[in-house]
Amino acid sequence: MLSVSHISKTFNPGTVNEKTALHDLSLEVADGDFISIIGANGAGKSTLFNAIAGSFFTDSGTITLDGEDVTLQSEHLRAKNIGRLFQDPMRGSAPGMTIEENLALAAGRGGWLSHVTRAEKQAFRDRLSLLGMGLEDRMQQPVGLLSGGQRQALTLMMATINPPKLLLLDEHTAALDPATAEKVLALTREIVEKDRLTCLMVTHNMQSALDLGNRTLMMDQGNIIFDVRGEERSRLQVSDLLVLFREAAGRKLDNDRMLLS
Amino acid sequence: MLSILETALELGLIGSLTVLALFLSYSMLGVCDLSTDGCFTLGAAVGAVVALAGHPYLSLPAAMGAGVLSGFVTALLQTKMGIDSLLAGIIVNTGLYSVNIAVMGGSSLLNMNKTQTVFTLLKGAGVGAYKIMLALLAAALVVVFLTLFLRTRLGLAIRATGDNPDMVRSSSINPAFTTVVGLCVANSLTALSGCLLAQSQKSVNIDIGGGMVTIALASLLIGRAFAPRGGIALRAVGAVLGSIVFRAVYAVALRFNMPAFMLKLVSSVIVIIAIAGPYLKARYPELSRRLAHRRGREDA
Repeated sequence: MLSVSHISKTFNPGTVNEKTALHDLSLEVADGDFISIIGANGAGKSTLFNAIAGSFFTDSGTITLDGEDVTLQSEHLRAKNIGRLFQDPMRGSAPGMTIEENLALAAGRGGWLSHVTRAEKQAFRDRLSLLGMGLEDRMQQPVGLLSGGQRQALTLMMATINPPKLLLLDEHTAALDPATAEKVLALTREIVEKDRLTCLMVTHNMQSALDLGNRTLMMDQGNIIFDVRGEERSRLQVSDLLVLFREAAGRKLDNDRMLLS
Repeated sequence: MLSILETALELGLIGSLTVLALFLSYSMLGVCDLSTDGCFTLGAAVGAVVALAGHPYLSLPAAMGAGVLSGFVTALLQTKMGIDSLLAGIIVNTGLYSVNIAVMGGSSLLNMNKTQTVFTLLKGAGVGAYKIMLALLAAALVVVFLTLFLRTRLGLAIRATGDNPDMVRSSSINPAFTTVVGLCVANSLTALSGCLLAQSQKSVNIDIGGGMVTIALASLLIGRAFAPRGGIALRAVGAVLGSIVFRAVYAVALRFNMPAFMLKLVSSVIVIIAIAGPYLKARYPELSRRLAHRRGREDA
């Protein structure tokens, strides 16, 4: 499905701010995999997502998505096959446009000069009612009026309205209150299972890293230091994960945020 | 007095096409297109030259085509050449000055007193109040066009580009493309506006578009007061009303002996008030608290 082969990325090369964010990283993702990714801040998790989504080109290595070499394909073209959610719920939708208009744009059906049809509007409503947030009755309201949780749920709908080949979730519940985060996470699981999406999810919550999906990666200093799935993974506890992290990284875990989760 | 208001209505309607152009580029696309002045003159010059050559009907699409070209260059500079959008507009505006004189055959003034224009054609057909009717028709057509256009998938993408370019990209649309299309359409309207104004007053001079961007912005912001929210159609109509009101107020001010050269200062002041007003109003509680605090300290 997704094959990342020996990619590297260095920011600000040749300056004092030089930072190698990805270091000869390789990753094979099978069709239908739901992979959770954990790692300290600055480990390169978001950089990996940016590289896969095409926010920048990698310095070396290749990225293949569903058999197609996308290494040098620009971001908006890759977006046809890749859905993405960010930590910031504001990033995924246009605040000045209505819910319906946002969904219409995300659905992207028809030609450039086509209008949204009545059938499509009904389909949008039906899909939004799955959220159970009452958004289907607010189709003509600007998205800017929604709360962060509602906006993130809407973004999730928009990113998956045309089931993408790959869904990238970059700490997409981290900015939400615990109850809303729970709800958005449950929705995520539901949608991913229903459409059998291949999904990568960055999280700082070790429990959900183990609960969700079928495989867990740990990143450190721009590389994957730990990759677990199947039997071995199902036996893992959060405490084991912490121990593993220390062993693999060969240094003391210094990220309070991870310890607390 | 009535004839003054008639002139104001005519100027307002013709100018409303430029206001609608800014409605598209400024309000929707989020680009302040400073090539507007030059593009307005370009439309006037191209329209006049074509009309002088004996093709009054052809003058309108010719002017719009020239506007599209100008918008295309402005958009290309800011999306593909790494030039800041404000600077891109200024550069194109400066360049257009030479282009416009070249279009007018090296002269800075063209006279169309005896030329057949779209206005004289209509007058010949016996339409009463022909200038206003034609201007009204143009404004109505453009409002309808924009309302329909901004509801299409392309139109939605243009609006989203001004709102959240990240989201446009994640909808598999290149924001550079939407910027190019938006600026081409907007500038074609600006050029049409210039073309109609020139033919209505039967002459073009190189300064016909001077300050047009500020005048149109002032009108747009006045129009926003009429339709602060609501659908695209309502806001577009608001923009047209804004343009008419601006010209009417200006005409009345002239009647009360305000010198004509004040037009541009008035438009500048309106833009300042319309943009700075809401900002200062929002900050007022903070400022007054700070003032009270300072006063309290002095008293103590």
